[in-house]
Amino acid sequence: MNIVNNLFHSTLGKKYLMALTGAGLFGFAVIHMLGNLQVFLGPEALNRYAHFLQSNKELLWPARFGLLAMVALHIWSAVKLSAENKAARPVGYLNDPAPPAASYASRTMLMSGLIVAAFIIYHLLHFTVKVEPVNLTGRDFDDLHVLDNAGRSIHDVHQMLVIGFQQPVVVLFYIIGVGLLCLHLSHGLSAMFQSLGLRNKAWWPALQQSAKAAALLLFLGYIAVPVAVLLRLVK
Amino acid sequence: MEKGMNLTLIVWRQKDAKSAGSFATYAARNVSPDMSFLEMLDVVNEGLALRGEEPIAFDSDCREGICGTCSCVINGVAHGGQKATTACQLHMRKFRDGDTLTIEPWRAKAFPVVKDLVVDRSSFDRIIQAGGFVSVRTGGTPDGNAIPVSKEDSDLAMDAAQCIGCGACVAACKNASAMLFVSAKVSHLGLLPQGKVEQDWRVLNMVKQMDAEGFGACTVTGSCEAVCPKEITLDNIARMNRDYGVATAKGK
Ligand code: HEM
Ligand code: FES
Repeated sequence: MNIVNNLFHSTLGKKYLMALTGAGLFGFAVIHMLGNLQVFLGPEALNRYAHFLQSNKELLWPARFGLLAMVALHIWSAVKLSAENKAARPVGYLNDPAPPAASYASRTMLMSGLIVAAFIIYHLLHFTVKVEPVNLTGRDFDDLHVLDNAGRSIHDVHQMLVIGFQQPVVVLFYIIGVGLLCLHLSHGLSAMFQSLGLRNKAWWPALQQSAKAAALLLFLGYIAVPVAVLLRLVK
Repeated sequence: MEKGMNLTLIVWRQKDAKSAGSFATYAARNVSPDMSFLEMLDVVNEGLALRGEEPIAFDSDCREGICGTCSCVINGVAHGGQKATTACQLHMRKFRDGDTLTIEPWRAKAFPVVKDLVVDRSSFDRIIQAGGFVSVRTGGTPDGNAIPVSKEDSDLAMDAAQCIGCGACVAACKNASAMLFVSAKVSHLGLLPQGKVEQDWRVLNMVKQMDAEGFGACTVTGSCEAVCPKEITLDNIARMNRDYGVATAKGK
């Protein structure tokens, strides 16, 4: 079992796990954002899409378990490596000088990651589990239903977003959560290629710039929905 | 004659590996801007010796930037922050009259302090022993050009071979990671046909030893590359990561 050993018991192997799970989670983040943007196509499109996802139980649950496994592995390797990294320098330098050339995002990966994890939990409680007290609107999102084309009663996700994001505090949470995710990715997306050894000198500058651009696009794509609702552009 | 600079030095003093250390403040007077950083420390030490105090212990050997022995963190930056320069090649004209300089040893669990600014870097030797070599049977001298090497590979291997093993990469990294050093050795040998044969084995063993010594992992911050006196680049780390993945995928 050299492969398992090399992956789970070495610093390089754990970086492979972190990069592979990070890539998987990034893939999910892109698809999820594209799904969300259907809000701008009107209630029918979004509700149909949401119903499509919710009703495919055989696909929904494997996808959820897959995501959970990736998050768990990503956090496990992040926490383990961060502890080893800390232990590697028991005594620091006078007045904690900033490490040379290290970007803010690269120095704060664990912190941005942990806050993103907290945000993901909030987000799941808010729209997936639909725990009423966390939505701060006094409405139960489970009660929102609409008739689809075939006349069946389905969950009104569009209405849920419109009511949910009329709460400025909630929108602020989302902006902070997504903002930190994108800070995380502005470094993580290029680091991922480095950790997997999938780059050479010619590609490095382009990869670093593209990582930042992709992170920015993701940020804009995600906050577009809550901000548009808050500004009453989506009703 | 032009008057020299006056500086305040805040220096880490530690009697031996077992004692707790602390910072001590010294005045360096009339320092010539043409002195190297280590010559400045020599002059300060002469003053200390004359006063009957213990001189500041620091490592040096060649004093021309090729041996990798000198090792101090100056104002929080390994080797003092001048591009591609070791502490022994850093000149006092880089500083200004009246400056306060903090001088500390490399800080890493795998580089324990021996005394003052001197650290034990034998962990690097053990990493080299784990795989930083090429096994060849001795015999008759081979023909000079018997094994073709492309110009590109030989250039890249020579760039990596510039690493003098000073440990500034470890000192600068927020994780005290030795990735730049190890990857330079792995690349230097693995890029050449003579070294390629053992590359899978080499990269796995050297990484294993690196981990066992207690160095941290890479976060791709680029601090190592920024302070490296020999301008070893992160490209080498990417190459080592790839070689490690390939060796792992082969089940080695
Ligand atoms: C949707 C969520 C997330 C995505 C898309 C994501 C993505 C990534 C990517 C692509 C990397 C680069 C891998 C590499 O360095 O090779 C990374 C690194 C990292 N992530 Fe995440 N991540 C997410 C959530 C988290 C969470 C919840 C944590 C919490 C602990 C976290 C902690 C870290 C750390 C500590 C690093 C690496 C820092 C280092 O290299 O030392 N991430 N992430
Ligand atoms: S003393 Fe040899 S490199 Fe500085």
